[in-house]
Amino acid sequence: MTESILFSLPEAILSVSALLLLLAGAWGGDQRTGLISIASITALVVAAFAAANPGLHGSAFHGLYVSDAFSAFAKVLIYAAAAISILIAPRFFAREAALRAEYPVLILLSAIGMGMMVSAEDLLTLYVGLELQSLAAYVLASFMRRDQRSAEAGLKYFVLGALASGILLYGISLLYGFTGTTLFADIAKAASDGLSTGELFGLVFVLAGLAFKISAVPFHMWTPDVYEGAPTPVTAFFASAPKVAAMGLLVRVSVEALGPASTSWQQIMIFSALASTILGGVAAIGQTNIKRLLAYSSINNIGFALFGLAAATPEGVSATMTYMAVYIVMTLGSFLCVLQMRGADGEPVETIASLSGLSRTRPALAAAFAVFMFSLAGIPPLFGFWPKFLVFDALVGVGLWPLAMVGIATSVIGAFYYLKIVKTMYFDEPAPAFAPAESQIERGLIAASALAVSPLGYLAIPFLAATSAAAARALF
Amino acid sequence: MNALNFPILSLLVAVPLLAAVACLFVRAESARWIALAATLIDFALGVILWLNYDIGGAQWQFVESVPLFGRFAWALGIDGIALLLIILSVFLMPICILASWEAIEKRVPEYMAAFLLMEALMIGVFAAQDLFLFYIFFEAGLIPMYLIIGIWGGANRIYASYKFFLYTLLGSVLMLIAMLWMARTAGTTDIPTLMAYDFPPQAQTWLFLAFFASFAVKMPMWPVHTWLPDAHVQAPTAGSVILAGVLLKMGGYGFIRFSLPMFPEASAQLVWLVFGLSMVAVVYTSLVALVQNDMKKLIAYSSVAHMAFVTIGLFAFNRQGIEGAMLVMLAHGLVSGALFLCVGVVYDRMHTREIDRYGGLSNNMPKYALLFMFFTMASVGLPGTANFVGEFLALVGAYEADSWVAAVATTGIILGAAYMLWLYRRIAFGEAKTAEAKAMIDLSPREMICLVPIALATLWMGVYPESFIAPMRQDVGALLARIERARPEGDAQLALGKVPTAPAAHAHGGAH
Repeated sequence: MTESILFSLPEAILSVSALLLLLAGAWGGDQRTGLISIASITALVVAAFAAANPGLHGSAFHGLYVSDAFSAFAKVLIYAAAAISILIAPRFFAREAALRAEYPVLILLSAIGMGMMVSAEDLLTLYVGLELQSLAAYVLASFMRRDQRSAEAGLKYFVLGALASGILLYGISLLYGFTGTTLFADIAKAASDGLSTGELFGLVFVLAGLAFKISAVPFHMWTPDVYEGAPTPVTAFFASAPKVAAMGLLVRVSVEALGPASTSWQQIMIFSALASTILGGVAAIGQTNIKRLLAYSSINNIGFALFGLAAATPEGVSATMTYMAVYIVMTLGSFLCVLQMRGADGEPVETIASLSGLSRTRPALAAAFAVFMFSLAGIPPLFGFWPKFLVFDALVGVGLWPLAMVGIATSVIGAFYYLKIVKTMYFDEPAPAFAPAESQIERGLIAASALAVSPLGYLAIPFLAATSAAAARALF
Repeated sequence: MNALNFPILSLLVAVPLLAAVACLFVRAESARWIALAATLIDFALGVILWLNYDIGGAQWQFVESVPLFGRFAWALGIDGIALLLIILSVFLMPICILASWEAIEKRVPEYMAAFLLMEALMIGVFAAQDLFLFYIFFEAGLIPMYLIIGIWGGANRIYASYKFFLYTLLGSVLMLIAMLWMARTAGTTDIPTLMAYDFPPQAQTWLFLAFFASFAVKMPMWPVHTWLPDAHVQAPTAGSVILAGVLLKMGGYGFIRFSLPMFPEASAQLVWLVFGLSMVAVVYTSLVALVQNDMKKLIAYSSVAHMAFVTIGLFAFNRQGIEGAMLVMLAHGLVSGALFLCVGVVYDRMHTREIDRYGGLSNNMPKYALLFMFFTMASVGLPGTANFVGEFLALVGAYEADSWVAAVATTGIILGAAYMLWLYRRIAFGEAKTAEAKAMIDLSPREMICLVPIALATLWMGVYPESFIAPMRQDVGALLARIERARPEGDAQLALGKVPTAPAAHAHGGAH
């Protein structure tokens, strides 16, 4: 038992911190939010170190939970994204005086759920983790209670999320019914002599439920609405940490539980990946709201990450995880730039048109935004090129080069709308300038993430390659 | 490491890169001077590179390799072919900066930074010895060029910038997949090793087509050339010079470095495709150039026609053809660059590129008329200028491979003479069409400094091409040895021995 708790130390740390901080919030009131935020970030950092420590890796709770190189890789990304989501909140909510002590606590709770997701070795651990993450997320989406759009986003997210959970649960029950177990390893054993029709149905339903969480086409519809309506720091959170967690979960289920049936789910991944890259590219073209556009951009990028999983090799999995690592840097950077978009009175502005001529009113911000856009489009020498390179390399490695050709051609569609943002910032006549940036933290974070996806990022390749390869090896 | 004991190629890339960053933090005037200084330092480094290049020595010189990125390395090194193209780039860059000295008024620091970045990337393309490093340099050029066209371009610049970016991107991504396959199959990303690796012939066809998609767009070849006139017309003068002078050469360089040595069988098999497209390009784009009323567009179409000579020469599979193609690339880089500068000179004064608004410039702008005349003649291929040597050799090579191709290509030279001379007549001779044209003043000293060095270089290459053929002779020989086994049977059974090519060029002066 002590061993089990030791192996799940990150979750233990976060759970205790979340409960204590909730109490502190209840007694201390909202004026303590700053302290609670700092404490939450500290807890996340400590948890990240605990997760990354190889001495604390092992299987816990009779095989329901595992802590390995894969969960470590994902958890470090998740906790980092969660910490940044807490860091960037105060200034956004300050205007509405809407920042409450619950915000960091909710993010912590969500982080616990996400940690459980990537560590799940059992369908029920998976479900509990996912629900914990989702419930916190529904509240976060409607965090600005008096804002109609925020409330609407929360409701939409909840209804559609509940539907997806239902689909997932139905799939889980089918898998359990036909294999007689919920443990990944035992499901894999049962599936090794071919899938029965019932198991196949279970697989499809489970994957459909998970596709909803990573917002892969055809289960992406909620993404633009929720991204647009949710408060921007929350949107930044949605676009980063839960995506890594759900992708990690999808990878783990696909490889560990359904690994023997990889030919069955490969087709699903291929379809979903291609559909996501194409739809994420085409549908974004007509958008006028920057947050909606970034929502489609995240659909598009998730599609590319899925290409790695479609290869169904350790190399592919490592490519997918590298993709997620680079993706959260790019996407958090983009949302940080969106946070800087404030009108003269400090009210948030979200139209793409308001970015016109930003290169002349705020040259550094425009340059950083352009770096993120080109990077999301995967144009070398920016670092966003590298994960795309890896996923297609993995596809070529298993002989799927025709798919790689089609897949990479769809990246040209996506490039069009990223270029549109750059065009608006650099070629158009200036619109009224945004209010000046006040937050040094946000400025520093933008600079740091821009540097990380700049060509300097290539120097991190050996490190990323080693860690993501270790993560992938843990699954196979 | 090399004869110089310092990593000169990395330095060539680093100097403009650092200067580009520096430019972003200073005011317009300082940015101009920083840019000029950096490009001149790079030019000086280029000269040192050329002087220290050991002709007839090792195939790859100034080699440096640091396994910096895990999957691929920071590997640079040049042969004679790359050397010449690097020299062309560093020679044209200071001229581009000077040409934009006054023409660019808004956002000068960013402009200079974009140009310096461009220079670093171009040198990187020609010097890269690692497959993926090459790809990164090759693709990265899109970003600064997109900004140059889009910010400082003409009225329709946004359409042109999109077209340029998306067209070339689509071509290149397919090449990336082919590269991934090659790196896996051959187990290396080292370009010299890959150049000696024999890929299975069936795979070669696919690989060739994937690379072709990229290089044909960059080149550009008919029918994927349509981005070029738009990009050229809308780009600022210096942008056009760099596009025509160096960027187009990346396509030709790609054919020499990748398509021919890595896929010799596929190259031989698809020679009909290259020849067919090139023949159409020579005739069709020349005819299109004939009816243009926009000076820049006319020169842009003439670029497409000239580039068709390059592809014809390269795929002739013989020494004359390949050396001729290289010389056409160098000559075209100089001459079309200079022609764009000439257009820029009058555009700066009258802000129109319409041919009909000019006329009689030889009266009030004698120096300009003389230089413009010289470059017109060079573009036509007058003996004694650089283009003549290149085009003649390319045609000799083509004739040996296929006399029909040579015959059709030669009509391109006649048409070229027609549109260029007609352009010159309409601009420089006769009566001035407008009062503004009549009142224009002659070249300023700055403009002279831009144009005269190019004229001298063009003459040098025309009169003594040996200086330029010598560094690449051995490398062309190595390429020929590599592709010899796949060489298609030519229809002209000439009994050519190993005749040195340069004297042959002089002996047949009447071909034009």
